[in-house]
Amino acid sequence: MRLLYEEHIEDIALGAAVLGTGGGGDPYVGKLMAREAIRQYGPVELYTLDELDDDDLIVPAAGMGAPIVIVEKLPAGDDMIRAFEALGRYSGREPRGTMSIEAGGLNSVMPIYVAARLRIPMVDCDGMGRAFPEIQMTIFTAHGITASPFAMSDERGNVLLMDTVSNAWVETFARSCVVHMGAEGMIALYSATVRQLKEASIHGTITLAEDIGKTVRNARRAEANPVDAVRAAVDGFLLFRGKISDVDRRIEGGWNKGAATMQGSGDYAGRELLLDFQNEHLAARIDGEFAATVPDLIAVLDNETGEPITTEALRYGMRVAVIAFPCAPQWREPAALELAHPRYFGYDVDYVPVEERFG
Amino acid sequence: MRIGIDVGGTNTDAVLMDGARVVSSAKTPTTANVSEGIAKAMRKVIADSGIDSAAIDGVMIGTTHFTNAVVERKRLTPTACIRLGLPATVCLPPMVDWPQDLRDLVGGESHLAHGGHEFDGREISAYQPDEVRDIAVRIRDAGLDAIAISSVFSPVNASFEEQTAEIVREAIPDANITLSSEIGRIGLLERENAAIMNSCLRGLAARTVDGFKAALDELQIRAPFYISQNDGTLMNADFAKEYPVLTFASGPTNSMRGAAFLSGLRDAIVVDVGGTTTDIGVLQHGFPRPAALAVDIGGVRTNFRMPDTYSIGLGGGSLIQSEPLKVGPQSVGYELTSKALVFGGDVLTATDMIVAGGSEVIGDVGAVSGLDADLVAATQARIMEMIAIAVDRMKTSATPVPVIVVGGGSILVTGEIEGASEIIKPEHFPVANAIGAAIAQVGGECDRIFSLAEMNRDDALNQAKAEASERAVNAGAAPESIEIVDVEEVPLAYLPGNATRIMVKAIGDLAGAPPSVSSMNGGN
Repeated sequence: MRLLYEEHIEDIALGAAVLGTGGGGDPYVGKLMAREAIRQYGPVELYTLDELDDDDLIVPAAGMGAPIVIVEKLPAGDDMIRAFEALGRYSGREPRGTMSIEAGGLNSVMPIYVAARLRIPMVDCDGMGRAFPEIQMTIFTAHGITASPFAMSDERGNVLLMDTVSNAWVETFARSCVVHMGAEGMIALYSATVRQLKEASIHGTITLAEDIGKTVRNARRAEANPVDAVRAAVDGFLLFRGKISDVDRRIEGGWNKGAATMQGSGDYAGRELLLDFQNEHLAARIDGEFAATVPDLIAVLDNETGEPITTEALRYGMRVAVIAFPCAPQWREPAALELAHPRYFGYDVDYVPVEERFG
Repeated sequence: MRIGIDVGGTNTDAVLMDGARVVSSAKTPTTANVSEGIAKAMRKVIADSGIDSAAIDGVMIGTTHFTNAVVERKRLTPTACIRLGLPATVCLPPMVDWPQDLRDLVGGESHLAHGGHEFDGREISAYQPDEVRDIAVRIRDAGLDAIAISSVFSPVNASFEEQTAEIVREAIPDANITLSSEIGRIGLLERENAAIMNSCLRGLAARTVDGFKAALDELQIRAPFYISQNDGTLMNADFAKEYPVLTFASGPTNSMRGAAFLSGLRDAIVVDVGGTTTDIGVLQHGFPRPAALAVDIGGVRTNFRMPDTYSIGLGGGSLIQSEPLKVGPQSVGYELTSKALVFGGDVLTATDMIVAGGSEVIGDVGAVSGLDADLVAATQARIMEMIAIAVDRMKTSATPVPVIVVGGGSILVTGEIEGASEIIKPEHFPVANAIGAAIAQVGGECDRIFSLAEMNRDDALNQAKAEASERAVNAGAAPESIEIVDVEEVPLAYLPGNATRIMVKAIGDLAGAPPSVSSMNGGN
């Protein structure tokens, strides 16, 4: 166990934005919530799974909705606590701690708020090791952990509890209910025992996010190249450096879909990278050839500062570096790969791990 | 005729323009009392031109004075904030992410009340006038009269902010109130931050604008005067007293707009060489390309759209070191005219190297005649390399583009710039920023979320364009000159129902008559 203080939150949030691969929401609001809760209630205890009892119940906490809404309708805070406690009541068991379902983006830091306010342990693991757009796209699902019972609360005090036959049904119901809550709901789901999580989660991802953030911060301070620092921290590959020459966005089924085209510079001069996104970056093609696809991670970084750039912020003329790095090995097991295969997102290609293309 | 003035940290520049023609220009040092420097610069351009001050139709001033007040933590009025949105937003109260010293200075007093809207216009909770009345009394009893009011999704519906202002005025009749919906975009904390800073700055703004007015009166200029906003458009003097926060970052915008005007180009790269830094920006359709990221002012996060500029530590006053050769980033800055070799000083600067190279005759040429010719050539090559790299960073493709060089340090540009199709050093280049102020237009903006389930996309776009145009007209634009200069659509991710955020900016020429203050709602 170690303690998370205010100063760790900044690093975790920056690293989480890298792991967000363009989506998952800007961690800014979650970072402030975590920081303020730690200021008020004291540091948060971060545990590894090995430090907890196998029978302890862990309930992940998260936010759901449109990232642009959360920057305007800031959460109440009570809404997160309400959803978390409602799930415990429905399950008939007191949760021992909380964790993140999604180490990429906003939901990496949201559970820190719950852990601080309720003074309960936060567990250093998550269900994705990155960000994905749909609730069922987790390692939990692949290991048979159910998203339901599922609780969702709004700032008014409404609590919805769902018991569904599959994780995809949770996604279907919750996605339409959240609109009525003003496109923002705080959720608790995927409750599991520590024993289950030892198999069915990705370990150490909060620390990984923190390490990435710390690396970028140190590189900036030393005036070293932060892009190289990020690439090294995630054990990844530099795909491209260049300028965004076109961004094409469209709305499809509520998703922010589109593609960005980049023209290479320096060593990449004369080459073109096409980056497809559906909230998160899905696939990168260089001169028409696939260079990386989901479930591997593709991050677009500001070429100068190493700051990760979200898909909503991609703009014509930005100078960027694109890196790709391997997903958690659990994603490559058949049951998990099926949930996040390039084919699920409409690409008629086999999945080739990024390190086989570049290693 | 118009006078354009740019008050920078080092120099106050002025130009007198007759239509599109520059009649006279002046560069004077910025003074501690900003108005004195302005008066001096204006007196000079009027005297040089020999015109009667009655012939001046308008004076346009760009100033960094209000930005500096926040950065330097000076002359700020303690301000209370009322936010409407309960029960949402509780965990992140107003000023939550401000640096502690600034929060202490401003008082950090904030109040949350019921109200606020959802993205689709529904109410979050019922508005409670009595609750707001109690808060107003508490603010009055605390002795404060500067107040910022924010409400969740007020860019979609501002009615709760407006009602709150009325109630506050009942308790505090002279209250200085800023509504967040008047000055910002979606992003509650950022918009609220701007509203609070605005109320903090109003006292200073009133004194400063009155000082400008006094300077004009002294020169018997009866024409209306205007202040530049961060998007390069103008607000009239009374409006500037109300919305000083909208002047943030107007400097780079004026310089780039001036460069566009002087060169006649609408798409180009602008290299503005000053005394200490060189700022590189991109003109797209005659306007600066905006930056995509949030901007901090004095440590406070805002969502103003600033021009996307890249700065390097290179200017006329940059220090030169040999072995190894280093140009800048240290600079003698405003002391160039006393410290550089050619001005009788003992510091080797970039300006000295240019004079030694023979391309310019400035000051005492003899003072640099003994410099090593190889070092002079190497320095000039290094300067051009620094500029070329910076220009390349800002380009959007490998295709060569025109480069416009402006600013007082433009003499540093002595050769070709790699990747430039041509280098244009327009006439009057040292005062491009003042020219940018003089030619500025007025604008209006609309930033709203539309539900495309209820309205088709074309209707939503047309409505947003109409709202932005109406605001530009209210801000003083001649209706026939209105042009839509920016349209941006961002779909709301992770949501069914096709809600989309549409941002539109309209700009037009200043109409003959001075605009009315009450209805002004110019964009930022």
